Amino acid sequence: MEPRSEDVSRKSRILQALEDQNTSVSFEDALENDMILNMGPQHPATHGVLRLLIRLDGETVVGCVPEVGYLHRGYEKLAESSTFHEFIPHTDRLDYLSPLNNNTAYALAVEKLLGIEAPPRAQYLRVMISELARISSHLMFLGSLAMDVGALTVWMWAFREREKQYDIFENIAGARFTTSYTRIGGLAQDVLPETLAMVKKFVDELPGHLKECEKLLNTNRIFLERTDGIGVIPPEQAIDLGLTGPGLRACGVEHDLRKANPYLVYNNLDFDVPVYSGGDALARYYVRMDEMRESIKLIQQVLQKLPAGDVHAFKPKKVLPRKERVYTKMEELIHDFMIVNFGIEPPVGEIYSAVEAPKGELGFYIYSNGEGYPWRLKIRSPSFSNLQSLTTMMMGCMISDVVAIIASLDPVMGEADK
Amino acid sequence: MNSKIVDALKSRFGDQTVEATEFRDELTVVVPTEKIVEVCRFLRDDPALKFDLLADLCGLDMYTPVKRFAVVYNLYSLSHKHRIRLKIFTEEEDPKVPTVTGIWGTANWHERETYDMFGIVFEGHPDLRRVYMPDEFEHHPLRKDFPLMGIPGSLPLPKK
Repeated sequence: MEPRSEDVSRKSRILQALEDQNTSVSFEDALENDMILNMGPQHPATHGVLRLLIRLDGETVVGCVPEVGYLHRGYEKLAESSTFHEFIPHTDRLDYLSPLNNNTAYALAVEKLLGIEAPPRAQYLRVMISELARISSHLMFLGSLAMDVGALTVWMWAFREREKQYDIFENIAGARFTTSYTRIGGLAQDVLPETLAMVKKFVDELPGHLKECEKLLNTNRIFLERTDGIGVIPPEQAIDLGLTGPGLRACGVEHDLRKANPYLVYNNLDFDVPVYSGGDALARYYVRMDEMRESIKLIQQVLQKLPAGDVHAFKPKKVLPRKERVYTKMEELIHDFMIVNFGIEPPVGEIYSAVEAPKGELGFYIYSNGEGYPWRLKIRSPSFSNLQSLTTMMMGCMISDVVAIIASLDPVMGEADK
Repeated sequence: MNSKIVDALKSRFGDQTVEATEFRDELTVVVPTEKIVEVCRFLRDDPALKFDLLADLCGLDMYTPVKRFAVVYNLYSLSHKHRIRLKIFTEEEDPKVPTVTGIWGTANWHERETYDMFGIVFEGHPDLRRVYMPDEFEHHPLRKDFPLMGIPGSLPLPKK
């Protein structure tokens, strides 16, 4: 290709200036230094296997193409050949920072399809575990955002708190990470009184620890300069791009499915929806910090109001019978056999059920043709939709802000890639 | 609320074009494939409906000789807090539907995903590439005739 004439003249001017040892030469337009930078999929700041192709002009981002799919495991295909119960462990691996929330969301979706409801105690406990999972996810956000902009202490402190939560999860579900705690129509088992005491201790102590972290960040000049006004997205664009969750609430849009379309027992509980109007990384940080305090409020109310009773609905042919009954009653043995081997018999129909997950709207669309397996199960994962707004947020920012913006969006690739 | 939405749709597009069903208080409306962009624009812009958020868009393989593939749109209104599900059908041979990226920007990736998984082509899409599978992959994994174990040789493996 022939070089353009202005390129030639500019080059000769540079050469002439070098020969003359003239350092005061200036150019109208910047030198052509467009660069394509490939970030990921293996990059510590991308929170998983997210790959970004960034076009840079100097240090300014002028274009960004996110690439997903490096963690695609085909859960939607797997769902079509596993019974409704068999799919529960797979939901742990969607947003692996808040598996309890995914378990709850999935159980609610199948229960909506079947037209059943979990007993009150199970519903309250589901609120409790969902909010614990939200805190766990937001603590991870807090730590990683602070670390990505250079404050390593907060990361350690956030992980210290998450460690306590994992001990609680272990007591609740028997596993720290992959909980698989909910069942269709209830929970795997009741929570022990000692565990509730642990939860109480944890939520009583957490506000103090959050304050400690805020002391390090809220007036920290480096932190503020790295996040204030960075990654701005206007509310109209955020809605157009399908941004939900804390990201949307940081743009001044008051939308929270727990308030808008209450599920479980959220309408019996008192909590606020934090909304900030900046639309930048700092606003997203503030929203999540406030949400953690709201979650603490919710958990404290659950601990007070928690009703006694069963955590498992008694719905033969729909809900797995309790093990002690399976071993002693003929009918329950038959139901157990049928549900485990052939699945529940749902009605023909299609439902979409969504909950407010820590990252946004987590929805399950189930199309059932009356068999024990879903004909189609679509997971509407918040991270997948949220990642689309990354390009808008990054336009015009500096290369060093890229990691701060990703951290402020808090994507989890297990969920985005399904 | 659901009946209001159906009435608004019927008065705008006629009784014959709108086919509404309800299940568990959820409204599903089947509309003609060629009308989808018009219907979506009406649903988004009408002040009484105002479905401003495309919550989800996905494909559905009915595995029937006619009308094999469906595209499902789950819409949500942030101001009115209601939902609707739209559905359009397309044939097995040369499945093509119009894109709604001009109405909701979020449709971009969701349509790419549907194309990737079902091979449904969205006409007018600005960047219709695969989103999960490798670009050189030839099949569409969520189709019912794609085996669960995969097709041997469809993904190139390193040589021994």
